Parts: sequence; C-alpha cells; structure tokens
Amino acid sequence: MSFRNTMRAMPTLLKVGFAEAVAYRAEMLIWVLSTTMPLVNMVLWMAVARNAPVGRFGQADFVGYFLATFAVRQLTSSWAAWLINWEVRQGTLSMRLLRPISPLWAYAAENIAGFPMRLIVAIPVTVLAVVLVGSKAVPQHAWQWAFFVLAVLGGWAISFLANVTIGALSFFLGSSQKVMEVWLVLYFVCSGYMYPVELLPAGLRTLINWLPFRYQIGLPVELMTGAHGWREALVLLGAQWAWVAVLGALTVAVWKQGVRRFAAFGG
Amino acid sequence: MISVRGLRKHYKVHKRPPGLKAALRSLVHRSYTTVKAVDGISFDIRPGERVGFLGPNGAGKTTTLKVLSGLLHPSEGEVTVDGHVPRLREEAFLKKIMLVMGQKQQLLWDLPPAETFELNRAIYDVPAAQYKQTMDELISLLDIGDLIGKPTRQLSLGERMKCELAAALIHRPRVLFLDEPTIGLDVSMQATMRTFIKDYNEKYGATLILTSHYMDDVAALCPRVIVIDKGLLSYDGSLDALVQRIRPEKRVVLRLSEQVDAARLAPLGGKVVTHEAGTAVLQVRQEAVNATISRALAGLPVTDLTVENAPLEEVMSELFAENKARREAAAHEAPASESVPA
Repeated sequence: MSFRNTMRAMPTLLKVGFAEAVAYRAEMLIWVLSTTMPLVNMVLWMAVARNAPVGRFGQADFVGYFLATFAVRQLTSSWAAWLINWEVRQGTLSMRLLRPISPLWAYAAENIAGFPMRLIVAIPVTVLAVVLVGSKAVPQHAWQWAFFVLAVLGGWAISFLANVTIGALSFFLGSSQKVMEVWLVLYFVCSGYMYPVELLPAGLRTLINWLPFRYQIGLPVELMTGAHGWREALVLLGAQWAWVAVLGALTVAVWKQGVRRFAAFGG
Repeated sequence: MISVRGLRKHYKVHKRPPGLKAALRSLVHRSYTTVKAVDGISFDIRPGERVGFLGPNGAGKTTTLKVLSGLLHPSEGEVTVDGHVPRLREEAFLKKIMLVMGQKQQLLWDLPPAETFELNRAIYDVPAAQYKQTMDELISLLDIGDLIGKPTRQLSLGERMKCELAAALIHRPRVLFLDEPTIGLDVSMQATMRTFIKDYNEKYGATLILTSHYMDDVAALCPRVIVIDKGLLSYDGSLDALVQRIRPEKRVVLRLSEQVDAARLAPLGGKVVTHEAGTAVLQVRQEAVNATISRALAGLPVTDLTVENAPLEEVMSELFAENKARREAAAHEAPASESVPA
C-alpha cells in the first residue's frame, strides 16, 4: 500500500487498535504489574544511598529516576515479537498478508493504539514523582519536554523495530522467542532499567553507548530527570535516531526475506 | 484471468524418527526430506468461471490457492492472476482478490464484526457510498444484522462464517479463493453459503476457485473441476465428463411398496448396489437404463423411481484409487528400465 493510502487508513487502524486495547484492559493491567521491577530497585538503591550519595544520586534522585523508569517503560514497550512468533507458527499471518497494507504498519498501529491505556498508568506515576521529589522529577524547560517526547518516540521505535526483527527471525528459525529472551536480558543489564548507566565504570559505559539498549529507556529517563544539557542531549538523540534508522532498515530487510520463506501452515 | 504454467512448490522438511536417541542425533546431524506439495501443474481459468479444486488431503489444493493469492512463493513455474504476479503482492493485486479459509479467520476475536468491516473499509480504501451499499446488501443477503454488533467470540461457527464472508467481500474482489468455506457448518448453513457465493459470482462476474471436501458444494457451484493428486493435475474438465469417464453407469433407485426377494431384482439387469427394506439401488449401463426401468415397472411394486449419477464421493475415490495404482505401476517399472543396458 502506498504511504499516502496507509496514512489515510491509519486513523481507523488506531481506532480499532484502541478498541482492542480496551478489550484487553485486564491483560494490560497484569502486564503493568510485571513491570514493577523499577519500584523494587528504587527501594534497594535508596537503602544504598541512605548514608551517602552514590555518584550524583541521593535518595530523592533514585526515587525520581526509578519512578521515571517505571513510567517510561509503559510508553516504550512493544510485544510485537511474541505476536509475530505466534502468527508465523500458526499461519494466521496469512490473513494480514492478504491485505493491501504491510503487516508492519498494522503491528505498529496496534502498539501505538495502546498508548492512551498506558498513559493511565504513566501519568499518575509521574504525578507521584513530582509530589515526592519536586519539580525536578520532570523536564523544566520547553526544549527539555520536546527532547523528552522525541526520546520516548525513539525509545519506542527501537523497541518496536527490534521486536519485529526478532519476531521475523521465526520465519528462519521456526521460533525466535529465545532470541527475544536474550535481547531482554541484555536490555535489563544495559539499558539503565536496573540502575542508572552513569553509575557503571567508564569502559562499560562506552560499550553501552554503542549499543541500542540505553536508547530504549535510559535516555528518555535521563532527559525526563534533566541529566543532560541541550548539547549533550542532542548528541544522544542523534545516536538514538541513528539506531532507529539502522534497525528500520534491518527490520524491512529481514521481514522481506522472511516473508519469502513463509510456509502459511494450517488451513 | 488466471494462468498457471509448470507450478511447483517444494518444501525442505526436517525429518527424524521418534525417541531420545534420534533427538540427540538430530542435535549434530539433521536430515531433511523434500516434500513436493505441488509438482508441475498448468491450467487457465477464464474471467467469471467457477472452478472446483478437488483432491484428497495433502494433494496440494490449498498450497495452489496460497500461491495464487500471493501467500506462498512458488519454487518453479509462472503464475499470473489478472495480469499480476501474485508473489509480488502488489497493492492493485491484493485489492482485487480475497482468500477465505474455513479454518482461519480475519475477524477480530474480541471485537464485534462491525469493527473488522470498518477496518477493511479503510484498508481497501472503499468509498463511503459503495461501502454503505455493499454493507446493506451483505447484511440483508446473509442475514447478519443482529450479529455484527456482538463480539466475534460470542458468535456460533455458522454466524462467524457468514460474517467472515461479508468481511471478505467489502472491497468486492474480482477473484475469490475459497478454501473449505463450509467446513463444520450444518446442512442448511452450507446451502445458504452456496447460494450466496453463486449469486455473488453471477452478480459481479467474479472468478471463483473453491476447494471443499463436501462434494455437494462442488456439484452446486462448479461446472468445472480441476483434480490435483499428490501435487499433480489428474483431471481438468467438466464435472459431468468426469463422472462419465470414471462411472459411466447410472444408478436406478427404486422405492417399493413392499419387500421383494433379491431374486426378483436379478432379471432387471445391472448390479444391485443396495437392497434394503423398501428401496433397491441398481447400477446399470447407460444404454440399458430404459430396459431396466421398463422391466422394473412391469414386474415390481414400484412407488417411486429416480435415475442418478454415481455419488461424487465414489467417483472421486475411484479416480484417486486409479491414480494411486498408476503411480505404483510407474514406480515398479522405473527400476527395471534403469537396469536395461544402453
């Protein structure tokens, strides 16, 4: 489908996607419970910082960081890999492939359509952060808000594209769920989800800066909590969107090759 | 409209015997076998034709439909549908076709069918006026007015299938592939679906290819059948001609007012297929039908009499048995011919 026609269909795709998200609201709330790890980390790191700050992080800073992490995770997650695995293995992807719109747009619309439901969790958590930590829990200037929004979009795009690429590996591997699990382990270790990346030794930080994981969640959280000046933020955003571009190209290439191998099992 | 030349679709499939030992061996050495789902078939279909694909399970019917609808890339051969190469999945091609699979659904499971209809309207870019007209028509013909607002998961199989068909036709496809569209439906629902599909074909001149294990579907809808067996095309022509070729004999069904001895049926000619209380079925050569009927009317208490072709199920079984015997004979001859010195 041409880009113009896809964009014309997008409002309906989003509307129907939202209706689905509402239908699966109970499932979503259970998923939210499974993402409460930052709250546990918050308590642990507050204990560590009780007597003296860790790096630049005092107790209040950890509260702000991990509440931001919890909120940003709601906005940057994607589950496309699991869905693609299921649809490839069951052959139900056939129904998507018959439509004159790329399934990639359909998966993206379904993910984005869930945002309003996720905001229902993210906004109260952000308000709580402001109440507990003060106004420094959120961006202070318009440019910081703009950069933060861009970083959240970039973080979601990296998550989504990585999910689709790994999901599409199921065309070649039969199932790529284990690959996704490996990705998630690296994500937890390297993204700033378990601890602020800046607390790691310099060598590790350099390595992490070259990997995509930090840009999924660490960067949006850092921008939300005002960790960077605008120059540094701009460089990091550039790196993030470079990853978006690289993963975008990789996703399209893997998907196109994979669809050629699709066996459309069943039926 | 549809042209298929030398179509082959082969799969490489991992194969291992059962058991732990075989599982461990497959860790280091995997053996593969090639499955020839479709092995070199050719045919043409004219615009507006209704064609039935017949064949036993695993014959390659659904694989062929999936290739024609662009889901599968052929291993070899040339396929065009209304001037398009299906595997390229061009937008213009996808807007002209639809594949309805009795065992797969496009309706969104937790939402009412109306949401899927609306989604398809947007995806297929159907103008508002055409959408309204099509929906009014589909709702009325399929009698789904009360169903489209209920969540799909709460609909019965038959209700769901009617909504599936409606969702598939919103963009008025010019080519309709139907893979077992009546599977699992009761007799009355099957008849409704058949009538609707035939009307759609006649009204819009759509080309229709159907696979079904229900011979009634094929007999009601398809003047032409293509028989595929083990990936090879074994018959392409009219259904009547196929019956004539395989089972030229007619069935004379006699309903009798009283039980008669088997001995009284013997002089009628032909072979007694069944003889139960009040009913006798004779298999008779076509040229002997009149004589058999005359003798039956003269000598037996006949209350009703019909002349029928052999049931399609029997015709197909015989055709498949013939094909199998031919394949086995060919396989038997092959090693002998190889041993002949040059």
